[in-house]
Amino acid sequence: MATHAIAIRNLSKAFGDNVVLRDISMDIEPGQVVCVIGPSGSGKSTLLRCVNLLEQPTSGRIWVGADEMTDPDVDIDKVRRRIGMVFQSFNLFPHLKVLDNLTIAQTKVLGRSMDEAKKVARHNLERVGMADREGAFPSQLSGGQQQRIAIARSLSMDPELMLFDEPTSALDPELVGEVLAVMKGLAAEGMTMMIVTHEMGFAREVADRVVFMDGGYVVEDGHPSRVIGDPQNPRTKSFLHRVLNPMVIEPEDMHPDGLRDAISDLAP
Amino acid sequence: MTTTTAEPARAGMSRRQRARLTRGAQYAVGLLVILFLAVKTDWKSFSDSFLRLDIAASMWPRLLTEAIRNTLVYTLLAFAFGLALGLLLAMMKLSSIGPYRWFANGYIELFRGLPSLVVLFMVAYGIPNAFPGFKFPGDFFGMVTVGLGLTAAAYMAETIRAGIQAVPKGQMEAARSLGMSRGRTMFSIVIPQAFRIVIPPLTNELILLVKDSSLVYVLGVSVAQYELTKFGSTFLNTKASPTPLIVVALAYLAITLPLSSLVRALEKRFAQAR
Repeated sequence: MATHAIAIRNLSKAFGDNVVLRDISMDIEPGQVVCVIGPSGSGKSTLLRCVNLLEQPTSGRIWVGADEMTDPDVDIDKVRRRIGMVFQSFNLFPHLKVLDNLTIAQTKVLGRSMDEAKKVARHNLERVGMADREGAFPSQLSGGQQQRIAIARSLSMDPELMLFDEPTSALDPELVGEVLAVMKGLAAEGMTMMIVTHEMGFAREVADRVVFMDGGYVVEDGHPSRVIGDPQNPRTKSFLHRVLNPMVIEPEDMHPDGLRDAISDLAP
Repeated sequence: MTTTTAEPARAGMSRRQRARLTRGAQYAVGLLVILFLAVKTDWKSFSDSFLRLDIAASMWPRLLTEAIRNTLVYTLLAFAFGLALGLLLAMMKLSSIGPYRWFANGYIELFRGLPSLVVLFMVAYGIPNAFPGFKFPGDFFGMVTVGLGLTAAAYMAETIRAGIQAVPKGQMEAARSLGMSRGRTMFSIVIPQAFRIVIPPLTNELILLVKDSSLVYVLGVSVAQYELTKFGSTFLNTKASPTPLIVVALAYLAITLPLSSLVRALEKRFAQAR
């Protein structure tokens, strides 16, 4: 298993009676950029969160590099250092200034000296275009700036791969671009990335691979030109149709039953 | 605008004028009550017993060097002990380990339900009886610290627990994702944020402790150990005048009012970093 960046085998996850992931297996190779798309409730965020064990899988096994995350004796804190995670709601530490947000884990987890940690932090702030705001508190920054800081915070740990959980979904539309630009730059540098997103344009342009999920299953998995450009499965087609043309509602959807079906399709 | 001006003046007054009149009437009534009390009060007999400056002066300087000083020392010792124990209890209450939770719950329910006086008494006389030869570290100060702090810890535990739970779950997730252990995350990320949230209710605890420190007299105190209330009541007895009570009351205010403004300043400072 050592060759894959991420290896997932027969992963299932249920919250009580609610089965969110059903027998998922997939490999992600080093350097790959994988976008996971799908309707809300399809399990895509849960899949991502299982990879760094923020959710405990119900069954199945997950490897990150050579380490098995699902091994009960794994040193989870040690493996997580190598996995960057970016959240929808940024989750910057509001009581710390920007620079301290970037240095705290470096000094306390990696044992770097404060001088070295600051050097790494400033380099990464430069990378995300936020070098001039290191003395600010998160609450003084826009959503887009906060998300770029959050990315820089993850990068400061020198991760082998990065997980993005809908990184632009909480942003005002005009701020989405700056975050996607940073992510695009990371992809170009060869970072292994697994991205849950609704940004179809980004997925099509940047991803090496798009995974469409629905109802806890992986429905389609392939090159973006195929999954987004020429979807085969009717569920993929219907989802993409609705995402790409939000103003279009089919006449049959307006029928009370049809509308109900359309809504239950969106949130199964 | 045209509709309102076109409307007939029903009561002869606009809504705004009526409101102003009502307010004026309330001020007038309030002023009359104050005037009535001021005229009716027998200022001479009141000040003869309650405002005897000579008695007040005789309390100086021991008021400051002993009474206020002891009150502050007892309060701060008990607060520090209560805060540390309260933090421990709060984390036990949030623990995933059952027995820790049960202990914390039992402790909090017990010590919230008992009068501070009873707890203080049990600490001072119950413990030395149960464990003969036991001596508190720091002797009298140790006894006061524990006696007052045990009760304070129960209240502070609940306050701190609420503060910890008010920190968004994403903070824990973000820190754990960076490879921080659960304990490291608690101390570096969650608790610093929780304390900013609980500063106002913790101030309440501190102010309550300032007043609870007056219970220390049950421990049997020597003159040098008098805090404000005991100090005042001895003067009350020897001088046969209630003036010392007024002096002591003003001394308590001199402690608690600056505390309140200190906390307002702290809150303002932290407003940005939340």
